[in-house]
Amino acid sequence: MAAKGNAAGHSTGAASRRPAVAAAAELTVISGEESVAITLDKVIHERIRLGIVSALAVNTQLSFNELKQLLQTTDGNVSVHARKLEDAGYVSCTKGFDGRVPRTEYRLTAAGRKALERYLSHMEALISAARRK
Amino acid sequence: MTKRTTDDAPKRTVIGKGPLLTPEPRIVRPPNDLQDRAKDDLRYIRSTMERAGSFTSVSGTGMMMVGGIGCAAWWWGRGLRFDIDATSLLAIWLSSAFAAVVISVWAIRRKADETRQSLRSGPARTFVIAFVPSLLAGVVLTVLFFLREQTGWLPGTWLTLYGAAVAAGGATSVKPVPIMGALFMLLGVAAFLYPGRAQLALLAGFGVLHLAFGFLLRKRYGG
Repeated sequence: MAAKGNAAGHSTGAASRRPAVAAAAELTVISGEESVAITLDKVIHERIRLGIVSALAVNTQLSFNELKQLLQTTDGNVSVHARKLEDAGYVSCTKGFDGRVPRTEYRLTAAGRKALERYLSHMEALISAARRK
Repeated sequence: MTKRTTDDAPKRTVIGKGPLLTPEPRIVRPPNDLQDRAKDDLRYIRSTMERAGSFTSVSGTGMMMVGGIGCAAWWWGRGLRFDIDATSLLAIWLSSAFAAVVISVWAIRRKADETRQSLRSGPARTFVIAFVPSLLAGVVLTVLFFLREQTGWLPGTWLTLYGAAVAAGGATSVKPVPIMGALFMLLGVAAFLYPGRAQLALLAGFGVLHLAFGFLLRKRYGG
């Protein structure tokens, strides 16, 4: 059920209680004479997905359980959000076995790394625009 | 109930290509909640990266046990000199090093099991990759100095290279670990400068520093 609920892009906990800032793609911010055109990436804007991408950015690969513990979330959340990132081509997933135990490993793709860098630039641009106001 | 007019309504960010609420809805000033969210997102990314990149299975208990072995090795070899009794001292310190490695691996595995952290995770692998090369360099130099009969250099070499290994591996671990590595390197320099006090430097490093930082790690991070 949790997984189903999260398929719509919602997350549990504090993240879901936060004000939604952007649900769509384009936003232009004016600060004084300047304007900053920002295209927010909906795929990694969601909190759990942002966490997955950030964690994978500093690790070659992480297992499903490591991501779950790191983000302190449920199996369903990690599963659904990792699948969305996989569908977007931001992470790659390898399934194997550790002895007899199934093990799912995730890696950040080049597109995923680029998306995170772009997202960071957008957040910094928003903050800079606010400072110049 | 009071009917709220458009002017009374809170200013909102209009984003996207959907139905528009104002004539120019995509041109907005960044409202406070948007700036706050951006700041919060950056904080979240940074903290997630820090947590994901840290190897926290360094065991305080294991380190204290290694410190105990270091003290025992010093006591066993006290009164001997590296430039004169090299074979005896090598036997003492190398057997101690072997025992220390066995205990450390056991303690790290135990802590990793307790904290359910995988020793195959990215941070653990990075820790090992950063830690091992300096130790291998130490093995090479130990063999070389022994064969060339320059064993007086061994204490400084061991302390400096072990310190380098801990500092490099500790870059992916909790803060006290790289600090301990740096202190080991300082003791290594002291051992090079004062070869007559090399045994004391070994005691201060492999004994006292391990005991002190092991206690600190155990107290602060458990295990």
